[in-house]
Amino acid sequence: MRIKSQRDFCSGVLFSAFGVAFAWGATTYNVGSGARMGPGYFPLIVGVLIALMGVAITLKALSVETEDGEPIGRIAWKPLVFIIGGNLTFGVLLGGLPSIGLPSMGLIVAIYALTFIASLAGDNFGWKGVTALATILALGSYLAFVVALKLQFQVWPTFIAG
Amino acid sequence: MDLITNLSIGFGVAFTAQNLVYAFVGCLLGTLIGVLPGIGPVATIAMLLPATYALPPVSALIMLAGIYYGAQYGGSTTAILVNLPGESSSVVTCIDGYQMARQGRAGPALAAAGLGSFFAGCVGTLILAAFAPPLTELAFKFGPAEYFSLMVLGLIGAVVLASGSLVKAVAMIVLGLLLGIVGTDVNSGVARYSFDIPELTDGIGFVVIAMGVFGYGEIIGNLSQPDDEREVFTHKVKGLWPTKDDFKRMTPAVLRGTALGSALGILPGGGALLAAFAAYALEKKIKMRPGEIAFGKGNIRGVASPESANNAGAQTSFIPLLTLGIPPNAVMALMVGAMTIHNIQPGPQVMTSNPALFWGLIASMWLGNFILIILNLPMIGIWVKLLKVPYRYLYPAILTFCCIGVYSVQNTTFDVFQTAAFGVIGYLFIKLRCEPAPLLLGFVLGPMMEENFRRSLLLSRGDFSVFVTRPLSLGLLIAAAVLVLIVALPSIKAKREEAFQEE
Repeated sequence: MRIKSQRDFCSGVLFSAFGVAFAWGATTYNVGSGARMGPGYFPLIVGVLIALMGVAITLKALSVETEDGEPIGRIAWKPLVFIIGGNLTFGVLLGGLPSIGLPSMGLIVAIYALTFIASLAGDNFGWKGVTALATILALGSYLAFVVALKLQFQVWPTFIAG
Repeated sequence: MDLITNLSIGFGVAFTAQNLVYAFVGCLLGTLIGVLPGIGPVATIAMLLPATYALPPVSALIMLAGIYYGAQYGGSTTAILVNLPGESSSVVTCIDGYQMARQGRAGPALAAAGLGSFFAGCVGTLILAAFAPPLTELAFKFGPAEYFSLMVLGLIGAVVLASGSLVKAVAMIVLGLLLGIVGTDVNSGVARYSFDIPELTDGIGFVVIAMGVFGYGEIIGNLSQPDDEREVFTHKVKGLWPTKDDFKRMTPAVLRGTALGSALGILPGGGALLAAFAAYALEKKIKMRPGEIAFGKGNIRGVASPESANNAGAQTSFIPLLTLGIPPNAVMALMVGAMTIHNIQPGPQVMTSNPALFWGLIASMWLGNFILIILNLPMIGIWVKLLKVPYRYLYPAILTFCCIGVYSVQNTTFDVFQTAAFGVIGYLFIKLRCEPAPLLLGFVLGPMMEENFRRSLLLSRGDFSVFVTRPLSLGLLIAAAVLVLIVALPSIKAKREEAFQEE
């Protein structure tokens, strides 16, 4: 059997997997009956429903002809890794990571790190431009969110601000 | 007359110096961010949501309404100038608007969009003020079974409008429902699917999903394309005002668009998008006058009509939200999120329990439209300059705002990490061509649906026929079934695909 739409085949399989996982999870809670539903009742129905839809999508992907086979295509690893990495770094630096003893580095450091890492995702990276951008963003965010909107942020690293 | 007293209460609230400033700031910020390519109203509102936390509820909602209009108008601006629709409903505007811009007629196109939107917004506000009270009466007749059926109808309505595969869109909704279930079950107190992570017992944050799936997914998707495919505006905008001839052509188009948009916007389920497409289709059917430019080549009617319809629909789509508490589209879903953050449960009780807020919001909608037109017409030149910011500077800025926005919702970095996870999922959706908007709708409606589903069955003692024996509920379910049938029918299916592809 040949896969006629790669994209739909993968989505179908993923949907089914999600559905089965959720439905299976639902059975670990009290399911109950229609008149007295437990916490597992609705998730079970919905989980089964999505699993069935996943199967339908998969079957369609195997049977309905498409022009180009609808390939998923190349995965853009570079943007994916740097964008997500930048985000994770931001979180770690802003909040600190107690499990490895990293103290909170504060908003300013986190914004610089995020801007530099995220900029690596693009094709042309220039130190000057990115430094300027990071400075503008850090200053702007500080003024907008901390000074003007008074949101609660740790602005500077703990070892400086105390 | 009730309408006038009510509106005067509203204007009394909206016309305080403080609220006027918030409305203005909202419009300005909304336009500023909405005009950035790739950031639609959903992302804009999600990003600016934290900015309203500190305000009193009325001011916060007024500012949000301003942001909403600003973002929507900003979306049309990018659609016309750089062929980049900020949201699905301005996809139609791209067709003729961008062509006009290429011919150096961006000014008239932007003016037509602005004036048409303003007119439509005024009419929409009046309709909203006039029809909200009677619809609220109706809403009190709704039992849990009706609510459940209405949500089914709304979700199906949303699917009909999503481009691409129908089954996939339905599956995305259901996936959204599942994600909405995560967290503590209100009836039994059991933490579901929380994997013993304390933060997850409160459920997944809406902003987390919206930012991750829309913001991050979109950025990664954009970056994976080569530079030259991200077209940047270089043409000069000459002349701002439409000619006399333009006015003659666009006036009837604006009227038609407004009428269509107001009617379709009331339907739960993405009225504004449907309205824009329907209005464009209608304009194409209307006979051309001699010497008129063909559609798709820069016809001003092709900009004016869908833009009016879109705005009228956006306005009237507040009706299901404010009267029934059901968000008809992703943007409205965000507004629900915003309201709940301010401890307002949208629904029929808002109008009676908090009339100042309800009418103030409606008055501020008109105000928002008015401010927009003053703000935008003279400032088109500035928006064009903003568009010249290279993408490599733009996306790190967007990311920064996303991160700060997500963190500030609950002051926890856990949400920032969660957003990263949803960013990966969002990119996956793009690769698999799964529309994320239905997922968001399902996510918001999930808990509500479960609650009403449970209640109806509790009241009927487990008898599933309750959904079809109550006439209102049956009617809504039949409407949903008809919608599915319409979309599934081969002839209409072909037309629908055509409508999404030809443009």
